[in-house]
Amino acid sequence: MKLHTFKIGGIHPEENKITAEVKTRNAALPKVAIFPLGQHIGAPAKPVVKRGDVVKVGTLIAEAGGFVSAPIYSSVSGTVAKIDTRIDATGYRKPVIIINVEGDEWEDSIDRSEKLESLAEHPELTPENISDIIKKSGITGMGGAGFPTFIKLCPPPTAKAECVIINGVECEPYITSDYRLMMEHAEEVIVGLQLLMKAAKVERGYIGIEENKPEAIKLLTQLTADDSRIEIVALAQKYPQGGEKQLVDAVINRQVPAPPAIPVNVGAIVQNVGTAYAVYQMVMKHKPLFERYTTVTGKKLKNPGNYLVRMGTTFAELIHACGGMPEGDNKVLAGGPMMGKSVMSLDVPVTKGTNSITILSGDEAHRKSVQPCIRCGKCVDVCPMGLEPYLLATLSANKLYERLEKEDVTSCMSCGSCQFTCPSHRPILDNILQGKGVVMGMIKARNVKK
Amino acid sequence: MGKLIVSLSPHAHGTDSVEKNMFGVVIALIPAILVSFFYFGLGSVVVLLSSVAFCMFFEWAITKYMLKREPTLTDGSAIVTGLLLGMNLPSNLPVWIIIIGALVAIGVGKMTFGGLGNNPFNPALVGRCVLLVSFPAQMTSWPMAGQLTSYLDAQTGATPLAIMKQAIKSGDVSILDKLPSATQLLLGSNPTLGLGTIGEVCALALLLGLAFLLWKKIITWHIPVSIIATVLVFSGLLHLVNPIYANPLSEILSGGLMLGAIFMATDYVTSPMTHKGQLIYGIAIGFLTVVIRNWGSYPEGMSFAILIMNAFTPIINLSTKPKRFGEVMKK
Repeated sequence: MKLHTFKIGGIHPEENKITAEVKTRNAALPKVAIFPLGQHIGAPAKPVVKRGDVVKVGTLIAEAGGFVSAPIYSSVSGTVAKIDTRIDATGYRKPVIIINVEGDEWEDSIDRSEKLESLAEHPELTPENISDIIKKSGITGMGGAGFPTFIKLCPPPTAKAECVIINGVECEPYITSDYRLMMEHAEEVIVGLQLLMKAAKVERGYIGIEENKPEAIKLLTQLTADDSRIEIVALAQKYPQGGEKQLVDAVINRQVPAPPAIPVNVGAIVQNVGTAYAVYQMVMKHKPLFERYTTVTGKKLKNPGNYLVRMGTTFAELIHACGGMPEGDNKVLAGGPMMGKSVMSLDVPVTKGTNSITILSGDEAHRKSVQPCIRCGKCVDVCPMGLEPYLLATLSANKLYERLEKEDVTSCMSCGSCQFTCPSHRPILDNILQGKGVVMGMIKARNVKK
Repeated sequence: MGKLIVSLSPHAHGTDSVEKNMFGVVIALIPAILVSFFYFGLGSVVVLLSSVAFCMFFEWAITKYMLKREPTLTDGSAIVTGLLLGMNLPSNLPVWIIIIGALVAIGVGKMTFGGLGNNPFNPALVGRCVLLVSFPAQMTSWPMAGQLTSYLDAQTGATPLAIMKQAIKSGDVSILDKLPSATQLLLGSNPTLGLGTIGEVCALALLLGLAFLLWKKIITWHIPVSIIATVLVFSGLLHLVNPIYANPLSEILSGGLMLGAIFMATDYVTSPMTHKGQLIYGIAIGFLTVVIRNWGSYPEGMSFAILIMNAFTPIINLSTKPKRFGEVMKK
């Protein structure tokens, strides 16, 4: 069988999916839960609770702070201790709500039964209805970027959605939370997809999965056999296939143009597996987004595994549950080794976008020494956006920002393939990101002037 | 608990390295080196060893005492330059000339521009071409086969390329009858003629090297194939129009063509970055090589063609951008 994949660039990092067959466990309740108000792209949420308020699991604690924003629900029951600032996974100090955990009392409206609800049983759900519930649920993209989900369901007037693509690729090394979710809650994920299709008013649905997850491909193919609108697409294994644009290219063979174009401009709405599951939970079970599947992994970790985690739980608590930090120097990542962020403190909490906590130790944690660029062109070869990373890095290092903009630096999706492949171990992406930041600022300033 | 290490992504790195690429080239040269011992014996050993040794010495001395930097001998690039310079020299070249060649290659060709990665021209070819114009007599006397113990005193003879040139100049087609057969050129057995430089004697050994480089993904096919194909087609057309021009198979199997196409033109630093650029570069080198060989004043054109195109590499890079993702949709 010929496997689909995206057309240009890409690399093959070592898989290291050591937790693939570890069944998901419930993580212990935290003693204190920390909720950053900016867990998504866009304006941070606005607190609707104050110090001393008593909340339950599923109580709204912060509402959307703008159009591109999402509300936040408590994952624990207890008392609001304070509204403060804390360092989050990005390393910046951000506003948070802190709740002291007391017991585990849930909002009565949440349906905690295991019964599978199908779309056929709920004729009352209209597209507008579903979008509205999703907007209220606080669901944001759960693959890492954290784009509020409801916005994708109302495309700009110039674009028309034709299909929903579920991203079950999980091309980052180490991470297995999406895989476990697909294996353990496949039916719910499929109903989630059907809900998203209905909300987007489309008749085509795809789930893209890489070939290194044959069990998931098999299971989902079986379960969707009676719905001819949904197709499971087996994809060749290649990083960064989980990138939205790469996935659209791989699954429906259409190329999303440079920004500001988004997948819906070529007819596709892309959602993560975890997002589809969260949509099911909210629409069918009235359970807002407050817990998620997270992989806690690392070669030296004693008990790596997959956990269903209440958001607000700190990395430290989860790592402790896995046997504690390995000896020596470590690098702790929110996410995987390709695009994850290395955290400065273990007291950062799990948020909507935390698909993995990856611990790199020893040689893995340190960078290799940098040598001169030998102009081998391998970074150009692997760039999935068709850019020239060596050139962008040089222009950026020399502060030639206007030229940098002309060379399409804004198209860089930070996948890190260039730096991964560089035989001279050059910090290519570091340089590009620095320059991209300046260029983005220039573009913003220009738009303001207009 | 140890320290928490913090850096930007990516946190994973592939297994590729500069050393792997450089020593990969050295390994790919081994068949050609072994064959050169078989044909040139002592001369080959003396020339190759002194070329590598002096290239490494100058790299070390210049980085340490003139640039005052940490010497970078371990990256393997000086060894590659030394080997390639040696492969481009006749086996009866006196050591004092080789020392000058190594100094020019490393000192002028590489270090004046800032060392590895910054040189616009292939250092080994800079060394070779300076020697070629400075010491034309010593650089164009080619030992004949089977003199394994002779070095400076070896008997010399004309090379196939010189014969081709002679034929074109005199207009006498029968001169081409002296050319060895394609099989002889492929294997290098060439009893009546001078053998050419140390590295160009056996096309087959060089092709083995090419197979290794492609297998290990050290180079891609674009540059060598476009050069060889262009020479094949262009000299084939010339041969059809006028048989005074040698047959295309002899053209690609003789002289430094294979050595240049596989090992010199593919030098990362001096060749274009994109595959499209590499094809343009390769086609231009092939074309220039045929032009220089047939109508220039030297019988061989590969080295000059590569150096000329090295100068065009930045322009090629500017004009051959890769296709950006989604560009297909623009219009």
